[in-house]
Amino acid sequence: MSPAKPVNQRAWWFVLPVLISVAFSALVPLMTIVNYSVQDILGPDQAVFVGMEWYKEILRDPELHGALYRQLLFTAAVLAIEIPLGVALALAMPERGWRASLTLVLLAMPLLIPWNVVGTIWQIFARGDIGLAGYVLTQLGIDYNYSQHPTDAWLTVLVMDVWHWTPLVALLSYAALRAIPEPFYQAARIDGASRWAVFRYIELPKMRGVLTIALLLRLMDSFMIYTEPFVLTGGGPGTATTFLSQYLTQKAVGQFDLGPAAAFSLVYFLIILLLCFVLYTFMKDPQ
Amino acid sequence: MARIDLEDVGHRYAGATDSWALRPLTMTWNDGGAYALLGPSGCGKTTLLNIISGLITPTRGKVSFDGRDVTALAPEARNIAQVFQFPVVYDTMTVFDNLAFPLRNRGWDATRLRRRVEEVADILELRADLARRARALSADQKQKISLGRGLVRPDVAAVLFDEPLTVIDPHLKWLLRRKLKQIHQQLQLSLLYVTHDQTEALTFADQVVVMSEGEIVQVGTPQQLFETPAHRFVGHFIGSPGMNFLACEWSAGAATIGGVRLQTSSAREPPSGAALSIGVRPEYLELAPAPGPNRVPVRVAAIQDQGIHTMVQVEIGASLAWAKLRSPASAARSATTFAHLPPQRCALYADERRVP
Repeated sequence: MSPAKPVNQRAWWFVLPVLISVAFSALVPLMTIVNYSVQDILGPDQAVFVGMEWYKEILRDPELHGALYRQLLFTAAVLAIEIPLGVALALAMPERGWRASLTLVLLAMPLLIPWNVVGTIWQIFARGDIGLAGYVLTQLGIDYNYSQHPTDAWLTVLVMDVWHWTPLVALLSYAALRAIPEPFYQAARIDGASRWAVFRYIELPKMRGVLTIALLLRLMDSFMIYTEPFVLTGGGPGTATTFLSQYLTQKAVGQFDLGPAAAFSLVYFLIILLLCFVLYTFMKDPQ
Repeated sequence: MARIDLEDVGHRYAGATDSWALRPLTMTWNDGGAYALLGPSGCGKTTLLNIISGLITPTRGKVSFDGRDVTALAPEARNIAQVFQFPVVYDTMTVFDNLAFPLRNRGWDATRLRRRVEEVADILELRADLARRARALSADQKQKISLGRGLVRPDVAAVLFDEPLTVIDPHLKWLLRRKLKQIHQQLQLSLLYVTHDQTEALTFADQVVVMSEGEIVQVGTPQQLFETPAHRFVGHFIGSPGMNFLACEWSAGAATIGGVRLQTSSAREPPSGAALSIGVRPEYLELAPAPGPNRVPVRVAAIQDQGIHTMVQVEIGASLAWAKLRSPASAARSATTFAHLPPQRCALYADERRVP
C-alpha cells in the first residue's frame, strides 16, 4: 500500500486561470443561450418565460426540416466522397524525395486559403460567362448554371467542399501510411499477399486511428458549413443550398428571433454531439 | 527445400558507389542445413539475407535455388519464408487467420490448411490462442505468430530469420531457441538465422557464417570457430573475452616474443612484411612459476576473481593478454612469472589472417 497522498487545496489556484477562461469563453455564452431559449425577449428589460415553447415551434418548422434534410444529405455526400478519395490520393502519392515534397505542398494549398476566398474562387470559377469550369461545361452543351438550377448549385457547393477538404484527409492518411514500418510490406510480399490484401490487412488497420479523426473533423466541419456556400450561392437559388448554420443566421441575425434561434442553437449543438458520439463509438478501437 | 547457391553476389546501396554493403562472394547453403549468420551491426548480414529472400536485388552476381536462377524473381515468386526482427502480425485477423494467410494466398484447400496450421500452432504452443485476435497478444506471442507464419509453408526453399528473438524476454529466448532447433529436426527445413549474439548463433546452428565489414570471414562449426579462428575478427568476436593476440617477430624460421622462440600450430612460413601476432584463447593460456619451452616472461597487470574462475591480465612483451584460470586468485598472484603457450592451441596470424 502506498501512503495516502497529501491533500493540498492550494493546488486549485493553479487550475483557476483555465476555469475562468473556459467559463467566459464557453460556459457563460452557453448559459446565455439556454436562458434565451426559454424566454421571449421583448425588449432590453422585458422578458417573459415561455418554457419549451420555442423548442416546439422550431421543431415543427418546415424550413428547419428542409435545411436539416439538405444538411444530412450534404454531410453524408462529403464523407462518402472525401474519405475514400483522400485515402486513394494518399496511396497514390510518392513515398519520398522531391516529388513527395512537391505533392505535399500542392495538396496543402487549398487548406491555406481563407474560407471566404475559397467561396469567391469558386463563384468565379463556376460562372458560365467568365469562369473556366462554368464556361467549359456550357460549351460542352451542358445546361449548367449554379445561380439558377438548385441541383447545379448543390453540386457546385459539394465539389467545392471536396476540393477544399479532401487534402486534409489525404495528408492525415499519408502521415499514417508513412508510419507503417517497412517489414510489414516485406512480410506481406513474402506471404504472397495481393495489393488488395496489403491494403485491407495492413494499411487500413494502421490508418484506423487517423481516419477516425479525419471522419470526425469532416463530420463536424461539414455539418457547420457556412462561409463558402454563403459566398458562393448565398443559400440559393431558393433554399437549395441553405444549410443549418445559414438557417440559424437568418433566424438570429436576419429576423432577430432570438428565442427560437437560441433554442435551435442548442438543438444543433446536440445533433452534432450525438453524431460525433455515435461515429466515435462505432469507429473506436474495439479494445 | 533447396540448395541455395550464391555466385559472385555483391551489393551496393544506391548512392554508395565506392563501398560495398556486401562484397562479392560465392557461397553454397546446403539443403536442410541450420546456418547462423553472425556479425556486428552493419556487417552486411541482413543485406545478404534480403538478397536470398529477394527483397533486395543484388548489384551483381547470381542467386540460384537448386540450380534454377532466381536472381530476377520477386520474393513471392521465390518460395521462401522470412521472419523479421520485430513482430509483424495482421492486427485485425485472428491468430489462426494470421498463420493461415500465407497458405490461403497460395490456394490451399480448407481441410489441409486447418491441419497444417494446427500442427504449427502445436509446435509453437499457440493452439489455445488460435481464435484470439492477434492485436490482443503480447510482443512475445506476436513474435511467435511471425515465426509460425515463417514455418507454416512446408515446401519453402528456406526459412530466413532476421534477429527474430531481439524483442523476446531472456528466459523465453532460451525456450524458443531450443524450439527452433527442434523444429529444424522435426520439419526438415533449411534455416538461415541472422544474429549478432554469439551464444544464439552457436547454440542454434550447425554451421556459423561469421561476417565483418561486408565480407564472410569464416564458415565453420561452433567448435572450429572457437579452436581455429581463420581471422582475427573471429577470434575477437567469438568467445568471452575474445582471443589474445600477442605481437611477435619472425626470425630464423620461428616466431619470437622478446627473443623467446615460440612454437605454434602454424606449419607454413608467414608472408614477409606482414604484421605478425600469435593468437591464443584465454582458456588455453597457462601461467607458470618457472621458465621452460614455449614460455615467455610476463608481468601480472590485473586479477579478477569471478567465482568459478579467475581472470588474470598479463603483459607479454608489448601486448596485454587475458588468462582464464580454474585456480583461485591467490595462487595466480604468487606464482606468476611466465606464461605457457601450448603449441597446438596457438596459431600465427599474419596481418589479420591465420597462417595455416
